Amino acid sequence: MEALIDGFFNLKILRESLPYLMQGLWMTLLLCLVAIPLGVAGGLVLALMSTTRSRWLRWSAMVYTDLFRAFPPLVLLLFIAFGLPFLGFKPPPFVAVALAFLLNTSSYYGEVLRAGIESVPGGQDEAARSTGLSRWQSLRLVLLPQAVRNVGPDLVSNTLEVVKLTSIASVVALPELLYAARQVQSVTYNATPVIAAGLIYLLLLWPLVRLLSRFERRAVLIR
Amino acid sequence: MGGLIDTFFNVDVMRQYLPLVLQGMWVTIVLGVTVVLSGLALGFVLAVVRSLRIRPLNLLIVLFADVFRAVPALVILIIIYFALPSIGIRLSGAVSAWLGLSLVLAAFAEEIVWAGILSVPRGQWEAARATGLGVAQCMRLVVLPQALRLTVAPLTNRAIVITKNTALASVLAVGEILYQAQAGYSFSYNPSPLTLGAIAYLLLFVPLVWFGRWVEGRFAWKR
Repeated sequence: MEALIDGFFNLKILRESLPYLMQGLWMTLLLCLVAIPLGVAGGLVLALMSTTRSRWLRWSAMVYTDLFRAFPPLVLLLFIAFGLPFLGFKPPPFVAVALAFLLNTSSYYGEVLRAGIESVPGGQDEAARSTGLSRWQSLRLVLLPQAVRNVGPDLVSNTLEVVKLTSIASVVALPELLYAARQVQSVTYNATPVIAAGLIYLLLLWPLVRLLSRFERRAVLIR
Repeated sequence: MGGLIDTFFNVDVMRQYLPLVLQGMWVTIVLGVTVVLSGLALGFVLAVVRSLRIRPLNLLIVLFADVFRAVPALVILIIIYFALPSIGIRLSGAVSAWLGLSLVLAAFAEEIVWAGILSVPRGQWEAARATGLGVAQCMRLVVLPQALRLTVAPLTNRAIVITKNTALASVLAVGEILYQAQAGYSFSYNPSPLTLGAIAYLLLFVPLVWFGRWVEGRFAWKR
């Protein structure tokens, strides 16, 4: 028991490592602030492409989606971080991570948003267009609000995954939460910082996880 | 263009590292299959236990599911591999990766199966019990067959996502595809082994992504 407290919940080490962890947390949040909007924007483009009438656009959106859903994100990230320098461009870690997240998460958001747009009955668009709204206005004011509402739980679940995924940035030495924790761990020879990082993720994401469980239960009760 | 091919598709380098990447593919497959089997089994058992509604047990199950859904998989793997030794529990990289990913999959599977069980109307239980079936029979013959149909699609997709996470095991020096590709890259200082790794992942996962798509169409959650 004493070994457990000393090795995992060492208050002295926790106090020393907290400033570094907070710096890491800040970087994690910054990364989310960049990665989530990029992923949603990319996903929206993909969703619009795959709901158009042009077969060519639909097909290329599907190839893109399947390709990047098949790649483990860590593989993509390392490929970008190690491969790009050979093309004469050495991206800073943050740029490499942002690029990998854009490519990876947009394919997931794209699938979710496509399902959302397809769930809105066709009559909605026709009615909106016949009242004189332009195609773009109908999309923005009529279709997307309903689409987003219909797939709300999936969007939340996807966003949860993106936030958790930012931890892989530690592998390319971007100083986010997990990286900071591992640095302090290797200096102190104590696991407390890593445990603390895990707890910080838990505190940060627990509300989202609870929200998801609630959504699930409600989806069941409606049926 | 010749330079590009020489850099990313260098035949000599690829030939040299192909055996290692193939070996890595085998490790990825074994790790993925064992994680899916044990993760789904544990999640399934937890959901069935939860439906017995024993209060203290249910609190523990919900806590487990919440923690392992909220904390990033990479953080869990690192805690198991790098932190547990400090309290005397020493697991190999492969076992740590198997254990960590299985627990994450179990947490998600539990929530999905539980939602499926909840979706079976109460009347089904009551009617089955009224005809004289015991609790276990009622679960096995009436509730689970109806509940599981709904869970097939989400479980398949979640299992695919988790199998892709086997790439995270490279951080624990498990010799799966990414680890071998990275090792090849750093020995040869040429990204061709990474290309080879990427191709290996596509070969394994594009069919899985397609399979997931097919299952989704076949067993859609009908709202």
